[in-house]
Amino acid sequence: MPAILLKNGHIVDPAAGIDKVADILIDGDAIESIAPEKIPKDTEIMDISGKYVFPGLVDMHTHAREPGQEYKEDIESASQAAAAGGYTSIAVMANTVPPIDTADKVSFIYERSAAAAVWIYPVGAVSKNLEGKELAELADIAQAGAVALSDDGFPIANSELMRNALAYADQLDLPILVHEIDPILAADGQINEGRISSLTGMKGIPVQAETSMIARDIDLLKLSGGKLHIQHISAAESIGIIRRAKEDGLSITCEVTPHHLLLTEEEVLSSGFDSNFKMMPPLRTKHDTEVIAEALADGTIDVIATDHAPHALHEKDNPFDLSASGIIGLETALALIWTHFVSKGKISPSRLVELMSVNPAKILDIPAGTLKPGNYADITIFDPEREWTVSPEKFFSKSQNSPFIGWKLKGKAIMTIVAGEIVFRD
Amino acid sequence: MPFEHDSLLGLTYLTADEILYLLDEAKAFRSILERDLKKVPTLRWLTVVNLFYEPSTRTRISFELAEKRLSADVVNFSASTSSVRKGESLRDTVDNILAMKVDMVVVRHSSVGTPQYIARKCKVPVINAGDGTNEHPTQALLDLYTIREKFGQFNGLKVVILGDIRHSRVARSNIDGLKKLGANVVLCAPRTLLPPNPNVFGVDYTTDIEEALSGANVVNVLRLQLERQKAGYIPSLREYRMFWGLTSRRAKLLDSDHIIMHPGPMNRGVEIDPDVADAKDTVILEQVTNGVAIRMAVIFTLAGKIKG
Repeated sequence: MPAILLKNGHIVDPAAGIDKVADILIDGDAIESIAPEKIPKDTEIMDISGKYVFPGLVDMHTHAREPGQEYKEDIESASQAAAAGGYTSIAVMANTVPPIDTADKVSFIYERSAAAAVWIYPVGAVSKNLEGKELAELADIAQAGAVALSDDGFPIANSELMRNALAYADQLDLPILVHEIDPILAADGQINEGRISSLTGMKGIPVQAETSMIARDIDLLKLSGGKLHIQHISAAESIGIIRRAKEDGLSITCEVTPHHLLLTEEEVLSSGFDSNFKMMPPLRTKHDTEVIAEALADGTIDVIATDHAPHALHEKDNPFDLSASGIIGLETALALIWTHFVSKGKISPSRLVELMSVNPAKILDIPAGTLKPGNYADITIFDPEREWTVSPEKFFSKSQNSPFIGWKLKGKAIMTIVAGEIVFRD
Repeated sequence: MPFEHDSLLGLTYLTADEILYLLDEAKAFRSILERDLKKVPTLRWLTVVNLFYEPSTRTRISFELAEKRLSADVVNFSASTSSVRKGESLRDTVDNILAMKVDMVVVRHSSVGTPQYIARKCKVPVINAGDGTNEHPTQALLDLYTIREKFGQFNGLKVVILGDIRHSRVARSNIDGLKKLGANVVLCAPRTLLPPNPNVFGVDYTTDIEEALSGANVVNVLRLQLERQKAGYIPSLREYRMFWGLTSRRAKLLDSDHIIMHPGPMNRGVEIDPDVADAKDTVILEQVTNGVAIRMAVIFTLAGKIKG
């Protein structure tokens, strides 16, 4: 394979302190140098003037649905969706069928990832069968290569189990990723508890179902040590709680999804109860999206994650309360954040790269998030001028459950390179 | 025609004029119901399917009668006797029924938004016969009709809706219609059976039944679903009756010019005492008769949209 020179791109690599137009030389599977002084003979030169060069994006919250629900998605199709969205690494959640709750299942994910277009990192379950009762064999799971532990899809309601999980994961140096929804307070809940739930009588999920669990886990973190990562924050009040914990020096990080930044409960009503607006946690209010957006800019939020949750048509094309929760996100996240946050000056391109590449790589402790010479050449080339409309026919995902269908976006990943190989080009 | 919709999904989508248009149309059909020959040949060309995914006696029969009085062909579907029991999804059932080329769909379902869901999938008019806790527009229209028959208009009337507002589609459609027509609406329930944010309706509410009933012209008593006790919303049916039941003593607080309504079926001795239920100031059976006329008006109006 000849070396590749990406010429005249605007390189944004906050981990290396680079934010400038420069050439980047790829040799084999690795980054050879930035602004090279000489290039090898036979180097393929691509002029990417006007485009951005990012370290490959990292999604730390993908549901690839394999094993067990391959009709929704599998590792290969999820990896193609990821590549099309500019991602070069994805961490896949453990709530498959059966769940990834033993070392051999972690190994299975690695075996299956041989066919994948991007790096696949398995997340192991915290509890056996995700039941929240007994710890899974976490040390064995860690040894098999899980990059984090999570019962995502379910909260860990049992405080004693959560305490022990934090302590046990601490010795393994793995973070626990938590889905914070009090299962009793949220029972049968369909949407945010607020204006729309009262107007329609649908069972609401109060913000307190999230905040009470976050507050509990922060307290347990003080007791046990360990690393806590709060998934998909939906409520303004959660931000304040996490900000204080960070000020107290606790080892806590958090993520938000594009949909919790851009959509509200009002869309549930205005869409005539379209189940593409059904997710867990539920869409909240404009106030929540505004407070979360501020936290995106001020550094309280560490990561933008997709919570890519494919569901087949028959699981979403139903009345609202009979439909599955969740939406796909890998192919729209970058363009949504660029269009609605970077283009509007709310965050810088460099902050975007921190949120979507540097920080998730750091939390998962995986070799990604920077373009430093010697690293794998995992690169996202982004055209900030490309205008496109989200349409279901173009998705690489097996599923089309997106509330953003029909949205006009500006900016798109036009090339994704994984270990020196072009895995997506548009 | 001053009615701008192809379907009746909820009163929330209608203007005051559209509501009044349907009430006026119903008046003509109401008089037909007093004739010896109660049937008109108007809609012989129309086939209506009644999709009832929840048990219902009076609403289903009322729709069926309205359809037959208009000479429409009627197909009844009820979830308990259909392939739903074999595990067929709503989506497949609806697709199959629509493939049989019916002209109009009446639907009742326990899920909020089912009528909107069906309306998105098909081009024929859809009538909401109750969607979960959300709306029951034909019930509210027949309640409005009954109030107008008694009082002539709505401005300044104090209308109390008493009972499980939180879970009531009858309450939600009534609140919307009454507000649009100028009545003063007061909601009354124990705090746990009011919605968590009762302010969203923009009407008065109270937990004090005596305050609510004082000087009221209309009290619409909602059925208390008996399972609310198990779900932890109220401690007991006894306590509910003691503090929120409509007793004859409390009925004396109403304005001298008043009516007592109930959408049925009643739990006598829970939300309404037996003597109140059977007293001459209740209009419960008139509501039922008016319901047929209202449904004839709705079906007739929407059928006009198909041909027009």
